[in-house]
Amino acid sequence: MKEEKNKKGEARLMKGNEALAEAAIRADIDAYFGYPITPQSEILEYLEREIPKRHGLVIQAESEVASINMIYGAAGAGARVMTSSSSPGISLMQEGLSYIASAQLPCLVANVVRGGPGLGTIQPSQGDYFQAVKGGGHGDYHLIVLAPASVQEMADFVFDGFRLAEKYRNPAMILTDGALGQMMEKVILPEEGSLKKVETPWATTGKPASRDHNIITSLFIQPEKMEEVNHELQEKYKKIQSEVRFEEIQIKDAEIVLVAFGLSSRICQKTVDLAREKGLKVGLLRPITLYPFPFKRLNELAEQVNFMMSVEMNAGQMVQDVKLAVEGKVPVYFKGRMGGMIPTPEDVLEEIESVLDNEKVLQD
Amino acid sequence: MSIERPSNHDFPSEAEGMDLVYCRPETLTDLPFHYCPGCSHSVVHRVLMEVVDELNIQDKTIGVAPVGCSVFAYHYMNVDMQEAAHGRATAVATGIKRVLPDRFVFSYQGDGDLAAIGTAETIHTVNRGENILMVFINNGIYGMTGGQMAPTTLVGQVTTTSPYGRQVEFAGHPIKIADMLTQLPGAYYVTRQAVHNPNGVRKLKKALTKSFQYQKEGKGTCFVEVVSNCPSGWKMTPVETVKYLEEQMFPLYPLGDLKKPDGAK
Ligand SMILES: Cc1ncc(C[n+]2csc(CCOP(=O)(O)OP(=O)(O)O)c2C)c(N)n1
Ligand code: SF4
Repeated sequence: MKEEKNKKGEARLMKGNEALAEAAIRADIDAYFGYPITPQSEILEYLEREIPKRHGLVIQAESEVASINMIYGAAGAGARVMTSSSSPGISLMQEGLSYIASAQLPCLVANVVRGGPGLGTIQPSQGDYFQAVKGGGHGDYHLIVLAPASVQEMADFVFDGFRLAEKYRNPAMILTDGALGQMMEKVILPEEGSLKKVETPWATTGKPASRDHNIITSLFIQPEKMEEVNHELQEKYKKIQSEVRFEEIQIKDAEIVLVAFGLSSRICQKTVDLAREKGLKVGLLRPITLYPFPFKRLNELAEQVNFMMSVEMNAGQMVQDVKLAVEGKVPVYFKGRMGGMIPTPEDVLEEIESVLDNEKVLQD
Repeated sequence: MSIERPSNHDFPSEAEGMDLVYCRPETLTDLPFHYCPGCSHSVVHRVLMEVVDELNIQDKTIGVAPVGCSVFAYHYMNVDMQEAAHGRATAVATGIKRVLPDRFVFSYQGDGDLAAIGTAETIHTVNRGENILMVFINNGIYGMTGGQMAPTTLVGQVTTTSPYGRQVEFAGHPIKIADMLTQLPGAYYVTRQAVHNPNGVRKLKKALTKSFQYQKEGKGTCFVEVVSNCPSGWKMTPVETVKYLEEQMFPLYPLGDLKKPDGAK
């Protein structure tokens, strides 16, 4: 009985950051390279404490620029590697991420987002949505982006992130925030050793006589070749669209759909309950993957609902994608707080009601 | 980059009644170098691969190319290689070496790459005593981008971004990064060489060979600077660059070992 329980994983009470770090060890990472920054330093601290007792390797780099380039080197050598940071540090990694995406290397990066711009605040935010889903660095590329909404998903998405990154040889990002990183919840951790390693015949491991030398590069000086590489990347991104994931809550009869990811989706769940108590048919669509984004599903839903509202902890970023998705079929509103402030379920409900009032005025 | 020509490994051999005394190293590909005639990069590439051949470590060697004229080093060096972002070669090398500690890892960088944009990575790689070989081509100029001032450019030296000569007031002094690195306990062996004459080439070869041996023994970072020329950037003939090296560069960047392991000769 006990064994069975262990195998499935015991429920533990953990901080989001620690659950993510523990999941990384259980995902058999070969190495983690990182640099401290609030609100995610627990990840590096946890790994520095645990890895020497267990397996893998952890290095505190001199900067996020260095850590992402260590990731490039180690991923290019065929290792399963990961880094994490928060907004300002992730900005420093953008050059490296562009190189990694171009060289088509798998790796996992967690961004525990804090309020910005600039040094900003250490409070939670979703202000890095654009940076995460639109590329972030230079050139035409995409990260695969997963947005956890619970401590459970902070752990699970480490496995999912590596699975996708390795399947597509593409960097994956867990886009979370300071609140999810810091809060404690019950979590059942993924089973250690259950994420099989993949073959990496392209890796730089030393050239045996039997093959040509392997080269990891993002330099294709002839424009014809560079365009070819771009086509290859775009083809890959097309394939990645099939990995889209989202969660629907009370959508079936919904006349109003909230769209929210991560922490704001948790808030919106409560809003849905409050609204339903008042007889308002509100539902929630939570994108789990932000890239790929559930464009198709939102477009379908636009046929059914009166309006949508994107709820975010930023000045309105994902709302642009929601608007693109619905192709003008229904109005798309936005409710957000910025700079580390979090909207309450009541704030969101109020916004819904004020839209309804306005619409009524217009109809009268 | 695909130029048809006979393999250099097919040169006349003993079979035709001649002794083979000199040929292209096995670990150098057949591609002709894109470097300007007389450029040190070509010589250093060759010597480095000669050493890999002689130590018989082609299958265990992984190199990291920089951004600079030698960005395509991986076209010529027939070992597994990665091309790093400008300045980040030693962070990339760190990543490789840390997950493949039994391989021989080297980085190869110019002065802009290593001593300007990549200074932090350079210092911290050495400070961690990363067990790698760092090859540093100090030609006092940014070759690839057309001859701009480098951190190592001499005071008064004319470049495209110091058209009146490097002025300390605006550009500071030439940085002697190898000397700085000797201060770090992680640096096991720091040496400064040049390939302006055959004796220099022989000495460089020794330094590189030693460095790989130290790496095998897990001693820490080996740093091999090569005070180099850039005929195009300096706007000189290759022969004139030798004189410039001897008269201008070596007084500031004297050749020889800067840090030797205790007891080594
Ligand atoms: C981030 C970034 N900044 C600037 C450049 C442009 N750039 C390419 S090579 C180079 C300098 C190369 O000089 P050096 O490292 O001395 O090597 P050399 O070409 O002389 O061998 C610069 C500034 C770049 N590629 N990336
Ligand atoms: S520009 Fe200078 S460093 Fe570059 S290949 Fe030509 S001579 Fe060599």
